[in-house]
Amino acid sequence: MNAYSLCHRMQKIFRVYLLLVISCLTVMSLSATVVSANSVDKLDFEGLIGEFSKASFKGKSDIVPLIAASGDSRTIPILELILEGQLFYQKSSLTVVSREKQSDGYMIVNVLTGQEIGVVQKGTLKKIKVNNALRKKLRSAIASLSLFNSSAAIRLAAVQEVIKNPTSEVADLLLDMSTKEQDEKVLKAVNLALALLELDSNDREKRIAALAVLSESLDAQITTRITVLASKDASGGYVEQDKDVRLAAEKALKNIESNIKYYEFIETLFFGLSLGSVLLLAAIGLAITFGVMGVINMAHGELIMIGAYTTYVVQLLMPDHLEYSLFVAIPAAFIVAGLVGILIERGVIQFLYGRPLETLLATFGISLILQQLVRTIFSPLNRSVETPEWMSGALEINSYFSLTFNRLYIIIFSLIVFVMLLLLLKKTVFGLQMRAVTQNRKMARAMGVRSTWVDALTFGLGSGIAGIAGVALSQLTNVGPNMGQAYIIDSFMVVVFGGVGNLWGTLVAAFSLGIANKFMEPWAGAVLAKILVLIFIILFIQKRPRGLFPQKGRNAEN
Amino acid sequence: MEKKSFLLSYYEKDKGGGIFLAVLMAVAIIVPIFNLLVPDSSPFHVSTYTVTLLGKYLSFALLAISLDLVWGYCGILSLGHAAFFALGGYAMGMYLMRQVGDRGVYGNPDLPDFMVFLNWTELPWYWQGFDQFWFAVIMVMLVPGVLAYIFGWLAFRSRVTGVYLSIITQALTYALMLAFFRNEMGFGGNNGLTDFKDILGYSLQEDSTRIALFLVTAVALALGYIISRMIVNSRAGRVVVAVRDAESRARFLGYRVESYKLWIFTYSAVLAGIAGALYVPQVGIINPGEFSPLNSIELVVWVAMGGRGVLYGAVIGAILVNYSKTYFTGAFPEAWLFALGALFVIVTVFLPKGIVGLLNTIKSRKKQPAEETPP
Repeated sequence: MNAYSLCHRMQKIFRVYLLLVISCLTVMSLSATVVSANSVDKLDFEGLIGEFSKASFKGKSDIVPLIAASGDSRTIPILELILEGQLFYQKSSLTVVSREKQSDGYMIVNVLTGQEIGVVQKGTLKKIKVNNALRKKLRSAIASLSLFNSSAAIRLAAVQEVIKNPTSEVADLLLDMSTKEQDEKVLKAVNLALALLELDSNDREKRIAALAVLSESLDAQITTRITVLASKDASGGYVEQDKDVRLAAEKALKNIESNIKYYEFIETLFFGLSLGSVLLLAAIGLAITFGVMGVINMAHGELIMIGAYTTYVVQLLMPDHLEYSLFVAIPAAFIVAGLVGILIERGVIQFLYGRPLETLLATFGISLILQQLVRTIFSPLNRSVETPEWMSGALEINSYFSLTFNRLYIIIFSLIVFVMLLLLLKKTVFGLQMRAVTQNRKMARAMGVRSTWVDALTFGLGSGIAGIAGVALSQLTNVGPNMGQAYIIDSFMVVVFGGVGNLWGTLVAAFSLGIANKFMEPWAGAVLAKILVLIFIILFIQKRPRGLFPQKGRNAEN
Repeated sequence: MEKKSFLLSYYEKDKGGGIFLAVLMAVAIIVPIFNLLVPDSSPFHVSTYTVTLLGKYLSFALLAISLDLVWGYCGILSLGHAAFFALGGYAMGMYLMRQVGDRGVYGNPDLPDFMVFLNWTELPWYWQGFDQFWFAVIMVMLVPGVLAYIFGWLAFRSRVTGVYLSIITQALTYALMLAFFRNEMGFGGNNGLTDFKDILGYSLQEDSTRIALFLVTAVALALGYIISRMIVNSRAGRVVVAVRDAESRARFLGYRVESYKLWIFTYSAVLAGIAGALYVPQVGIINPGEFSPLNSIELVVWVAMGGRGVLYGAVIGAILVNYSKTYFTGAFPEAWLFALGALFVIVTVFLPKGIVGLLNTIKSRKKQPAEETPP
């Protein structure tokens, strides 16, 4: 016996002891009813799944954390299969499989290898059963696994799952996350989930603090949870005994309510802006033909309709590229509607300058002809225009407020059109000539401006913009022969309200009428709101016959 | 004797109008005879359908006169005149509805069917009194008149003219249309008022009632024409024409332009209301579609087509356009809007004075060579 061997032996003993402690700890941590704690512990992923399929409910519930801790990439899909009750094992080979129904039986797939085994009958499979306790465990296991997923979207979904079913098991995970999480949205959700968990703690201060955090959320489940705290039970006593917590809950509810009101206000504002942008698009072409040229173009609505039908035809011509069809349709609609406009100007309106009321009648006749033409060519039924993928869907801010993409894009689009038109009028030679002709035709002619040519182009411009409006409107409403009539009166109201000959006036008028309309709708209803707006305009015109922003100077007198 | 000379002198002054009144009288006498006395088998028999159709045209003619007064004589292009027509029609429709009594589908003696359907338990206040014919007749004139007075008072006082006035009259009729479409308004919503049974105790299905309605409409048209004619030939009428031609000058001469405009506008609305009241029992229905801006604009075309500024021109235009509408929508339904649209364009571009203007030009052309080459 020398020192070395003693030392060696002690080391050996120590090792054995260590092993013993570890295995004891494992046994303690696992339940004694497991088939064999030691054996399970050492199993690899395949073995765990195999063991799981045979175990009792109790045994299964002990194996779940082990599967979850395995770090195997197959973990989440398999746990989900178990949760849905879609995991089976083959009675003959004990292979763990998922199945898919086919006409002649079930196609089974080995979940571990992903291999297709073949078609079997129902009787040869045995379902791996789960009960509610197990489901709960599975859910939180999946959630906690997803909490550390590299994708922020999956993490967010996992946290939201926790908010739906708060379980104390994940509290530590969440705490850990709250310190590390980089993504702002996920972090916010994590804090909410933590607050929700803390609501159940015994510490009064913590609960009150948690309520303060929760009061910023608009989640319906959280609201119900807080409502319970502030409510009375059947016997008339408060559910929550602690008065301070109750008061905090009431305060939180009030805060939530005012938040909801705020978002509803924002949403109404958004709808109003959206309606306003539609009005702006519809009216801005008219602001040119009516406002600048003084032609009462009753066919304006039909030019919008032509733009919408152009979109429809463009989509028919390029069925494989619907995503880009709108970018083709916008210039196409501008050109088609613009040409029709020039045709109208050269064919009819040029004979009627200076007789505004008669242009009204003639263009109304043209509008009837155009409507019937569309009816004859495309049938009187509405045509459906496809919405490209990128225009559908919504930007969801929270459950009370979401921005639909098509409306958002149309607001932006209308502003772009407005700015382009403004630049065209103010910064180009054509714009200069156009303003010159409308301000003093004789002088402009004397300076060498071909006024008839400018007239035709100006009318074409107004008509082309109506066509562009048609492209945008085809994304919002039905495309049919009568669609133009729906916009003509509104367009005139906007132009007259804003002040004839003033593009900025048209902009202000369109948005203020749109917003006013939407804010009246909740208490007056859609139709009455519209009537009230019309009456308002009628009365407004009495007060200011030249609109919001009347033209000043010599040009105004006619 | 004195009366005859008055009529004669009247005829001298207004040849076209005289011819129109004579033709109207002839039609009013001949049509009932051919309907009632000539047997069905005879080719000269006029069916009751045709009588009703003619009655409808005559009520449109009265409406056209009312618009011609304001547009042709006063220069106010109202794009909402069909609203007054429809309001008169609704007032008459309400009376007819009350006359249905308990013969409706639900058999409620007080409430019209649509109110029972909406679970209303009592008659709204504005339906009170419409079971009396005299009350309905007053309302036929009063409602459009008061609306026109208020609207005109506001608009003319603040000197809303031209295009702006046209557009707000259009807004007016559009707003009324939207309002009458609402069920809550209590005017039958979408479906309007229909399924009328009788008027003053006479069944509306009877031929004799229909002929009586036709005759009443003819008389109303004749009276409406004569009164309107008297108005435009009066001193006030000439001021109205002056307002049309040079509003500022008339004002500077000391005339209260606003009141002249207001009274002619109100009178015109009353006339339109009467036309609507005559129209409804003949067609058997009134619904919010009558308020549609399209109707008002179509009405403008009748007047433009016939010749504005000439009262019988409006009548000719109304009858001609409506006759061709009946014909086209029956024979070539596709073509009607093309034809109407083309009519709008052609009349405004080539016939600024309408058919009457065209006839006058032809006449004066014939006359001129005759003057140049003396016999």
